[in-house]
Amino acid sequence: YVSTYADFTPQATFDIKKCDLHKLEEGPPLQAVLTREEGLQYYRTMQTIRRMELKADQLYKQKIIRGFCHLYDGQEACAVGIETGINLSDHLITAYRAHGYTLTRGGTVREIMAELTGRRGGIAKGKGGSMHMYTKHFYGGNGIVGAQVPLGAGVALACKYLGNNEICVCLYGDGAANQGQIFETYNMASLWKLPCIFICENNKYGMGTSVERAAASTDYYKRGDFIPGLRLDGMDVLCVREATKFAAEHCRSGKGPILMELQTYRYHGHSMSDPGVSYRTREEIQEVRSKSDPISMLKDRMLSNNMASVEELKEIDVEVRKEIEDAAQFATTDPEPPLDDLCNHIFYNDPPMEVRGTNPWTKLKSVS
Amino acid sequence: MASLRSFLRSGKNAVSAVLRREFHGTPPAAVQVTVRDALNQALDEELERDERVFLLGEEVAQYDGAYKVSRGLWKKYGDKRIIDTPITEMGFAGIAVGAAMAGLRPICEFMTFNFSMQAIDQVINSAAKTYYMSAGLQPVPIVFRGPNGASAGVAAQHSQCFAAWYGHCPGLKVVSPWSAEDAKGLLKSAIRDDNPVVFLENELMYGVPFEMSEEAQSKDFLLPIGKAKIERQGNHVTLVSHSRMVSLCLDAAAVLAKEGIECEVINMRTIRPLDAEAIETSVMKTNHLITVEGGWPQFGVGAEILARIMEGKDFFICF
Repeated sequence: YVSTYADFTPQATFDIKKCDLHKLEEGPPLQAVLTREEGLQYYRTMQTIRRMELKADQLYKQKIIRGFCHLYDGQEACAVGIETGINLSDHLITAYRAHGYTLTRGGTVREIMAELTGRRGGIAKGKGGSMHMYTKHFYGGNGIVGAQVPLGAGVALACKYLGNNEICVCLYGDGAANQGQIFETYNMASLWKLPCIFICENNKYGMGTSVERAAASTDYYKRGDFIPGLRLDGMDVLCVREATKFAAEHCRSGKGPILMELQTYRYHGHSMSDPGVSYRTREEIQEVRSKSDPISMLKDRMLSNNMASVEELKEIDVEVRKEIEDAAQFATTDPEPPLDDLCNHIFYNDPPMEVRGTNPWTKLKSVS
Repeated sequence: MASLRSFLRSGKNAVSAVLRREFHGTPPAAVQVTVRDALNQALDEELERDERVFLLGEEVAQYDGAYKVSRGLWKKYGDKRIIDTPITEMGFAGIAVGAAMAGLRPICEFMTFNFSMQAIDQVINSAAKTYYMSAGLQPVPIVFRGPNGASAGVAAQHSQCFAAWYGHCPGLKVVSPWSAEDAKGLLKSAIRDDNPVVFLENELMYGVPFEMSEEAQSKDFLLPIGKAKIERQGNHVTLVSHSRMVSLCLDAAAVLAKEGIECEVINMRTIRPLDAEAIETSVMKTNHLITVEGGWPQFGVGAEILARIMEGKDFFICF
């Protein structure tokens, strides 16, 4: 096929759902402008996350990836939408369902997959694994539920302290939303007007416990009490983008923290050891897939407004698949970290030291 | 009596000072400084030296510090650098760790280390382990400080010594100063260290004065973390201790000296990394070892020292 740029609509305006507001007079705009370039970029990134997670599922079942593996498919619009609402110079921290964010924050599929398989080409040299991936201004990947929220507020404190006009996006799930340390953080972030966007990714289940069974109030966007909040459709990448832009503006103008609740869904179980059907029905999963899939939603919007062609999107799919295949190939064949890396990276900027081994004649070496 | 006590505590330094005075040499410009003032000096100097350093904790600002360690700092540096927090240890410890990750150099004060138990997840899982899990991508330059161990009749919940608990974890440095010089030199080193440091002070030592040499009064006086100090030389028995119990050891050494038993008193200064070499060298000389600590014996600091000695290459030579 041959189609030129002039054949396609360069940009279109879409109506997006109104957000539920808490302690806010006005919310984000009800319309979003999407350019063709943006649409293709969001599509590509979401598709990359989707295929990467499905590949990880496959490798896990082949026992090439082991340990913990929490997959993000279904929630792509959150990661992609948030990143388009902020800058790479801003900061972001999340919990353990972090592969998507590692990508949007600058990681490559290759280094993410090699980290999942625990090889030396991994983003953390194979020493972090699924839950401990880091890039510039991305503080992981955190295993302890809720612990990342005070950390995120601390990053925001540093932004305010250094006066660099940067903000911190601090993510947690519906399960973590009941953690005490999160309320402690709401208090301090609000008192000190920290430039922090708290985002609750509500995927309806904290591990196997549905939100109604875990929270006395499932209005997570109101749980910040004195902190203004928004609840929005987390399956619509444009909704997420507009809300994030709104929230970022709120923070940068010195008004203090703001809370966003993204209503989203995960297709996989909590982790690879959870089939995900003992506490929810297959029908429910199927319904969300057919009616609210974030990638399908964007695709339909672009096609029905002549912003892209079916072939073009198929070509992106093929490119993405190839990228994932290459990355999986690398991740499977790259060697594991060498044994003398075991005790490295204990201390930073310290001279090399000896580490106690299992017996007096085995001393292990550690370098910074 | 007070001068005799401070003579005993100052050990070698006081003896040489006295000798020098007798021979009409230039008297050293040493002064008496309490541990509290030494800590205050260290904090002041480091806050002045590096803009990224700041102090947060309960009552550190307007109250001048629950034990007055941060007296005068809020007046000098203001709200931005000396931050009063609500009584939410888990929250503010996490905030401090996050700030360290993003490039600042926080000093997080726990009113006592008993309350650090509320925040221990942030100290261990967020601070200590991160540099390792990120394979060197994310350092955490933070100091957690506060009084540790028993005080005067404050009951069980307020008297625990955390040296063994924190000393167990790789990725942390754990420091336990005794004298004013220790306090100043080690706190400055801890603040300048790019790793998480747990700095265990002792409330009952805050008011105790020590002689501080001219060298120690300088703004760049640092003591290395991980090196013990021999406070008193001796040939017959090695006493190893940290923090307040060093005073107890020196008092005991004075009593035993009258019976002709010369104790070598080692002030550990650092719990982790443990200066096993210093202790081993001393035990090779004396062939007798007693560890003295304020923590419980099981799985404790003394237990670790004994294990190290028994695993050491020279243990069987002692026999």
